[in-house]
Amino acid sequence: MLKTTLIAALAATALGASLGGGSAALAAEEPHVTDYAFSFEGPFGRFDQAQLQRGLQIYSEVCTACHGLKFLPYRELGEEGGPALPEDQVRAFAAQHDVTDADTGEDRPATPSDHFGHSNDPNAPDLTLMAKARAGFHGPIGLGFNQLLHGIGGPEYIASLLHGYTGESREEAGATLYENHVFPGGWISMPPPLSDDQVTYEDGTPATVEQMAQDVAAFLMWTAEPKMMARKETGLTVVLFLAGLTVLLWFTNKKIWAPHKGKHA
Amino acid sequence: MSGIPHDHYEPKSGLAKWVESRLPVLSLIHSTLFIPTPKNLNWMWIWGIVLAFCLVLQIATGIVLVMHYTPNTLLAFSSVEHIMRDVNAGWALRYVHANGASLFFLAVYLHIFRGIYYGSYKAPREITWIIGMLIYLAMMATAFMGYVLPWGQMSFWGATVITGLFSAIPLVGTDIQTWLLGGPAVDNPTLNRFFSLHYLLPFVIAALVIVHIWAFHTTGNNNPTGVEVRRGSKAEAEKDTLPFWPYFVIKDLFALLFVLTIFAAIVGFMPNFFGHPDNYIEANALKTPAHIVPEWYFLPFYAMLRAITFDILWINSKLAGVLVMFGSIAVLLVLPWLDTSRMRSGRYRPMFKVWFWILVVDFVMLMWCGSQPPEQPFVIMSQLGTLYWFAFFIVILPLLGIIEKPQTPPATIEEDFLAHYGPGAEGAANAAISKPAE
Repeated sequence: MLKTTLIAALAATALGASLGGGSAALAAEEPHVTDYAFSFEGPFGRFDQAQLQRGLQIYSEVCTACHGLKFLPYRELGEEGGPALPEDQVRAFAAQHDVTDADTGEDRPATPSDHFGHSNDPNAPDLTLMAKARAGFHGPIGLGFNQLLHGIGGPEYIASLLHGYTGESREEAGATLYENHVFPGGWISMPPPLSDDQVTYEDGTPATVEQMAQDVAAFLMWTAEPKMMARKETGLTVVLFLAGLTVLLWFTNKKIWAPHKGKHA
Repeated sequence: MSGIPHDHYEPKSGLAKWVESRLPVLSLIHSTLFIPTPKNLNWMWIWGIVLAFCLVLQIATGIVLVMHYTPNTLLAFSSVEHIMRDVNAGWALRYVHANGASLFFLAVYLHIFRGIYYGSYKAPREITWIIGMLIYLAMMATAFMGYVLPWGQMSFWGATVITGLFSAIPLVGTDIQTWLLGGPAVDNPTLNRFFSLHYLLPFVIAALVIVHIWAFHTTGNNNPTGVEVRRGSKAEAEKDTLPFWPYFVIKDLFALLFVLTIFAAIVGFMPNFFGHPDNYIEANALKTPAHIVPEWYFLPFYAMLRAITFDILWINSKLAGVLVMFGSIAVLLVLPWLDTSRMRSGRYRPMFKVWFWILVVDFVMLMWCGSQPPEQPFVIMSQLGTLYWFAFFIVILPLLGIIEKPQTPPATIEEDFLAHYGPGAEGAANAAISKPAE
């Protein structure tokens, strides 16, 4: 009956699709998000440590002018499964930033246990969770089943957005809006933040907009989900363990029932 | 407990006699574990175990999550991030708890539709069915309030929309809404009471589950044929049944582990698939999301709520939508009296079968409509889907009992079992039956 249920569900979907002329309207709304091949996708995906460090550099030199990462403590930069900076570098990185001490109320250099700052610009959203707060993929017909293969598409959305500018801009109510074909509505108040060779990567990677956009998107995926690698590793172990136990129980069940069942009719 | 003739527990050791004469807990365990169970139960009879497991899983993970969560509008969102980042295996706890709710509802829908197909609600199991429906209602309330706790955008706006439904009630609606929220809008008092009730209701569910099990252990399980177990003598009953342990415990455990393997893959590899991205944005009372969408398991009922875009007589469309939504669940509560057919199992009802599968398709279609923006063609699809939902329960089921000519089911469960599996080593079978019941 489960099988029939699934078939019925699929039939309903197909039926809905043939009836649903409105899905065209949805498709028009949906901007094109490039499906980048990030290293952290899939059950065996891992963060690329060098890419996370490059992304951190983009964040520190570009994004941080307006955006914050308020849920992220500096010490996480040194954790395994992330950029994994050595402890002295984490300390040095934190010390470059000032925080207001909660006890004394005075400014002091940050320590690894402090968090990254809030957004400087009140209109700029905090970026810590941005890679999970945006979905790049919704299809087909709004069901989101392609997320099973492609992921939800948060980092893809971020990377696509960063080079989705057309170069057009217009004034509206005293603010400048920039045309971006990835942003919902098509006009965004963030000026194009990246240009070729804007930063100099220490590892010599050419700093194209495409490269920088992907690096910072990967970094923001890590800030949103710092335990991702631990999760996937644990997940794989648990799946294998449970699958093994399932097989054993299948044979146990077969053996227990065997005296009561003849040959299958 | 069961009315089916079977061996009863006799305490043997001195200690067992001492305990049993003071509190009959040993015989309770014995009769629960060795209850005679129809031997022809198919794979759709596994969801009860999955559901029981889900309840325990949700309570266990939930209790630990509460140790780290802060129910305050200023701190709730960041306390969830604290769980995800700083608490040992906190990410696992939260993702298992969040996806556990999805598994819980998937299992309950399969369990309910199985009950409808095989007529599990019919006499003498009406109370089992009604208790089950109460459990389902409590589950919905629990899940709804739980979704508010992370205090993301969907938490906040979902709570605003759903509690806003009460304002549709004439005269006292707004007062009721204010009373529920603890103020004019969703705010800290709302979060605190939802947190309190979200912790309370699972224990109410646990109590109802015990009554649910008590009820069907009294009547005995239904089975795919809908034919009752023969109760003339113990020997006769044993031809139709096998004890719960080990036959059904092992079968159910296998099924549970199979389901959990898939569950672990979802938690491990795509834990946010069933969530909504907007809930990773902290609640903001000044910024309404473009589309407010409830969790997937509420979508069919959300579609029915939104389907009523017109006034019905003197009832305005908002109130009518609310009444239709609650009515869609209320018809399930009275289902035992809406179905007039004397044939219990849908397996032997040629016309019912067709209408039943249309109902399943209807449910899935409504789920899809609920996830889409309130525009055409989804409005008309939701309206037709709602119409069919009510027509099935209020018109089709009562009529089918009169016009349908059911097929003849097998005379006994044993006959059904033999027809499916052929004659096994019956002698060995009888020997194995009598053993665990000693």
